[in-house]
Amino acid sequence: MCCCPATARIPWRPALSFSSSPFVIFLHFLYKIMAVHGPLVKIHPVVLASIVDSYERRNEGASRVIGTLLGTADKHSVEVTNCFSVPHNESEDEVAVDMEFAKNMYELHKKVSPSEVIIGWYATGYDITEHSVLIHEYYSREAPNPIHMTVDTALQSNKMNIRAYVSSQMGVPGKTVGVMFTPLTIKYIYYDTERIGVDLLQRTRASPSRTNGLTTDLAQVASAAGRVQEMLSTMLSYIEDVLSGKVMADNSVGRYLMDLVNKVPKITAEDFESMLNSNINDLLMVTYLANLTQAQIALNEKLVVL
Amino acid sequence: GDRLNGFENGKTQLLCLCVRLQVVLKIIKHYQEEGQGSEVVQGVLLGLVVEDRLEITNCFPFPQHTEDDVDFDEVQYQMEMMRSLRHVNIDHLHVGWYQSTYYGSFVSRALLDSQFSYQHAIEESVVLIYDPIKTAQGSLCLKAYRLTPKLMEICKEKDFSPEALKKACIGYEHMLEEVPIVIKNSHLINVLLLDLQEKSTVADKHELLNLSSSNHLEKSLQLLMDRVDGMSQEIVKYNTYCRNLTKQQQQKQQYLQRRQQENTQRQSRGEPPLPEEDINKMFKPPQAPPRMDTLLIAGQVNNYCQNIKAFTSQNLGKLFMAEALQGHSS
Repeated sequence: MCCCPATARIPWRPALSFSSSPFVIFLHFLYKIMAVHGPLVKIHPVVLASIVDSYERRNEGASRVIGTLLGTADKHSVEVTNCFSVPHNESEDEVAVDMEFAKNMYELHKKVSPSEVIIGWYATGYDITEHSVLIHEYYSREAPNPIHMTVDTALQSNKMNIRAYVSSQMGVPGKTVGVMFTPLTIKYIYYDTERIGVDLLQRTRASPSRTNGLTTDLAQVASAAGRVQEMLSTMLSYIEDVLSGKVMADNSVGRYLMDLVNKVPKITAEDFESMLNSNINDLLMVTYLANLTQAQIALNEKLVVL
Repeated sequence: GDRLNGFENGKTQLLCLCVRLQVVLKIIKHYQEEGQGSEVVQGVLLGLVVEDRLEITNCFPFPQHTEDDVDFDEVQYQMEMMRSLRHVNIDHLHVGWYQSTYYGSFVSRALLDSQFSYQHAIEESVVLIYDPIKTAQGSLCLKAYRLTPKLMEICKEKDFSPEALKKACIGYEHMLEEVPIVIKNSHLINVLLLDLQEKSTVADKHELLNLSSSNHLEKSLQLLMDRVDGMSQEIVKYNTYCRNLTKQQQQKQQYLQRRQQENTQRQSRGEPPLPEEDINKMFKPPQAPPRMDTLLIAGQVNNYCQNIKAFTSQNLGKLFMAEALQGHSS
């Protein structure tokens, strides 16, 4: 019953002792609920790529990297759109963060995008340590209710776990208080163009040398058609399974399928022919004009040189 | 500088360009957030040169609307940014710059000048052109260009007259050369991509297979027409210049002939011949129009035409697919 969700860590100040008192059990229960009530964190992939990159460039001996998160916040959600890393030193007993640098960089970034504000900070690594609490306190001075994001670049659980937390006070009011980090839900959001860029880059994973050239235009249409074909074959196999009784029929999926089939427009053959032909004629004419123009300027070039 | 022995002076041996994921994403984000409509966003590329490759590992954007802010100093911003990035071990070698483009119109005097100053300072500089409109249509459009060595020579001399260009045999096709781009990622980035793919929903917009093309075609053709108009004006200017030149040659000849005649007449009469006058001072040759603008316009027109052709070929493919789809159901 009092199972502590592995995601939350409670850095206690030394004075308060940890025992399985009913108070503690109540708190564990409480933050299980609270996990859903913090602001929703929407992250753009550019932030994650920058974090991974700054982790790869860390100084010798540093086990983790920290930095500032920039973005916009409204009542229910926080959108993280940019970040920059901040140099810091961490040892057993103390932690030093270059605040000047952080301020400077923020000023520079503000010149380009004035709408971005500091909304929190990130750290690579899996745990929230005591040093994190101190750093978080610093950031609380810069932003109201900062969020703290951890990116597990050491791949502790064979995955890059990306988590976000918000801190809240807890403990007995009046007596010793502690700080608790409550986890938040994360959503990845993309601009359309970002999505297209990331989709292209997903294909670099497949190639063994981790490289990918940018393909020519007709090839792109062909590959997009290939992807649609894949999706169609997945659907077909599902339908086969349902028909043969292997899988339970799901009504909502059936409705989507009806929608899909109805979406193909029903046009009479002649109308479709005429539409298709006029479109093709337009495109061919434009191609012809473009070729003509190119021939013209090439000719002009040669004539001048004569 | 940090140049390796692979590069000899004046020869471009840059085989390809390696770009990292975060550079691509940052450029996309910069345009998305700060560029509206036909405004151009620019920024600086950082990286290093490795053997025959140029690796671009980071970038930062330039703020816009600097005309409003009088105290803003571009150089200072750049210096500060690079100094700060050096603190966090980011490569601070300035290897080029990037710019977004509107329907492919980027071949201009400004681009030429900027790229020339970059390439003059650092030989391997490139300019990355990002086309957001084409990217929004379904596939990332990022191209890298450098000035050809011939063009670099011309720019150094700053001599853009027709004779100089004729000597160097520069056509509009030899102005910019494209460098192939390769996207290279580290293993950790691959893990990140895997994670993203698992956690994200399937994209609900498949722009690439979109059939509507008329809007894009209209705009492209409009821009093409404007440029062709500009081109014809330049041609008219050049033709008048040629005509003036020949007329002047004829006038010179006539004058010389008359002189000769007069001199022989005078000789026959026993009078001293007229003094030789400086022909050139009397007939000043007309000013040759600078050919650089014509070259630029020609290059731009060529670029537009290529873009249009690529676009139409894509659309033809899509139309045939639509026909096949219709054929099955009707």
